[in-house]
Amino acid sequence: MKKDNEIRIAGFGGQGIILAGYIIGKAAAIYDDKFSTLIQSFGPEARGSSCAAQVIISESQILYPYIVKPNIAMLMSKDAYERFGGELTDGDIMLIEKDLVQPKKNGKKISVYAIPATRLAEEMGRKIVTNIIMVGFFSAITQITSYEATRKAVESSVPPGTQELNLKAFETGYNYGKKLLSSSEKNVA
Amino acid sequence: MKADPAGVLTGVHYLDGDKACAEGGLAAGCRFFAGYPITPSTEVAERVSERFPYMGGMFIQMEDELASMAAILGGSWAGVKSMTVTSGPGFSLMMENIGLGAMLETPCVVVNVQRGGPSTGLPTLPGQADMMQARWGSHGDYRLIALSPNSPQECFDLTITAFNFSEKYRVPVLFMMDECVGHMTEKVVIPEADKIDLTERRYTKKKPGEYLPYAYGEDLIPDMAKAGDGHFFHVTGLTHDERGYPDMTWEMQEKCVHRLIDKIDKNVDEIFMIEEENMDKAEVVVISYGITSRVALRGIQLAEQAGMKNIGRMRLITVWPFPEKRIRELAKKVKAFVVPEMNYGQMVLEVERCAGGQCKTILVPHGGGTVHKPETIYQAIKEAYK
Repeated sequence: MKKDNEIRIAGFGGQGIILAGYIIGKAAAIYDDKFSTLIQSFGPEARGSSCAAQVIISESQILYPYIVKPNIAMLMSKDAYERFGGELTDGDIMLIEKDLVQPKKNGKKISVYAIPATRLAEEMGRKIVTNIIMVGFFSAITQITSYEATRKAVESSVPPGTQELNLKAFETGYNYGKKLLSSSEKNVA
Repeated sequence: MKADPAGVLTGVHYLDGDKACAEGGLAAGCRFFAGYPITPSTEVAERVSERFPYMGGMFIQMEDELASMAAILGGSWAGVKSMTVTSGPGFSLMMENIGLGAMLETPCVVVNVQRGGPSTGLPTLPGQADMMQARWGSHGDYRLIALSPNSPQECFDLTITAFNFSEKYRVPVLFMMDECVGHMTEKVVIPEADKIDLTERRYTKKKPGEYLPYAYGEDLIPDMAKAGDGHFFHVTGLTHDERGYPDMTWEMQEKCVHRLIDKIDKNVDEIFMIEEENMDKAEVVVISYGITSRVALRGIQLAEQAGMKNIGRMRLITVWPFPEKRIRELAKKVKAFVVPEMNYGQMVLEVERCAGGQCKTILVPHGGGTVHKPETIYQAIKEAYK
């Protein structure tokens, strides 16, 4: 049996963390025909500075609903990195917002991929699409959700009238990821 | 009767349990909602309030849960399928009028997205500690129906079932979710309206003046009257005769209240919904419900990997009435029942009662706030095998 993918997505409020988790989960469950469960953080932590979502993607029904040990982390703030960065172990993948997270070496063999998502979004004129750029980046790097499925999930999850902008953001993140992979410009933290 | 397409959001969705429950209500034809927001159930109310304008429903945010429960009883008597939603503290406040709903025999659905308690407890975290309250929470003797979903898909499907049961048996149906199921997002398939079967309310064929609101036939369930059709009648929480007028004699108490019990007890076989697996050779049977049933299956898998093969699994979908007969049958054959639940021992009391000392009953308690560790359930199974 293939091991489940346990994905931690974290950042601060307003970055669209939950929507990013929703789109990734939806891409897997609806368009890639796998099983996925999304759990988001509620309560004080969801309203303050930090915000987190957890997505499990599996080939079979998910029985235990929470992440036990993430193998992928998408971290979009320094606080998120400090809180969750340590959960990863050898062979895991970390995706980070390049300008907001400065990873430290910790001796583990983790593949770290960085993207200046906020800056790219600002260059598009809309900072609000930072999360969608990260989603595109996630799909390109991890290939856990396919290009087609993730693109469809973006299209069907964003408010009407914003599809074009969001799909452009998705492509931006996806292409950045593909380019990064071909230049193998990854760091091992 | 088939569902009204106006309320059915046909398609494949990625929804949390709360929103799926709301969609189930809309598909079932609920067009009146009264409630007071409380975590972790608020998303149900939010979704209903967003969707009602498209299908002519009426949504009222009431001053509290007592009023919410009273309002949906009124809505139902006015001829509209009605629901409310709450969590532990609000469920406590609804108890008096849930009893009124039982006494008046009012179809309605009460959703409780359980969080950790007692009191305000753990607002954003799961619990399953209102299960006995669902059975005994209101004073006096009565029977209700309670269902427990274990996924967002079931939050949709079983809310429809809840409405159907409530119309068929004329009782408030309690929909016992938990925060984990309510706040988890998964794939939810909503079929086309003509694939959704609804139980229609049985209205009287009698003319105004001849209708007796509590006259009943063989199935023990009286016909209802439609508001506006010219029937004048009285309903009361006092013990009443078939006209609905108070009659506070012991003879009428026996007739009136015994029927409230019998109309459910005599139909248990139709109301029971349980899921069973591997029962033929089972030595140990794990009994669970709600989110715990998923975690329990993980615990069973761990036990199977460790070489314990004969583990049966029973999931209660209908939690009240309790599947007494089935548990008694199994108790004669098995070594032990293992009952994990997110409380310090509620449904296990029923299991133990029905087991009647014929086999061991092992509780795997959890105070709530998160779900069991599968390993804990596995350890209990191991213990049960000894």
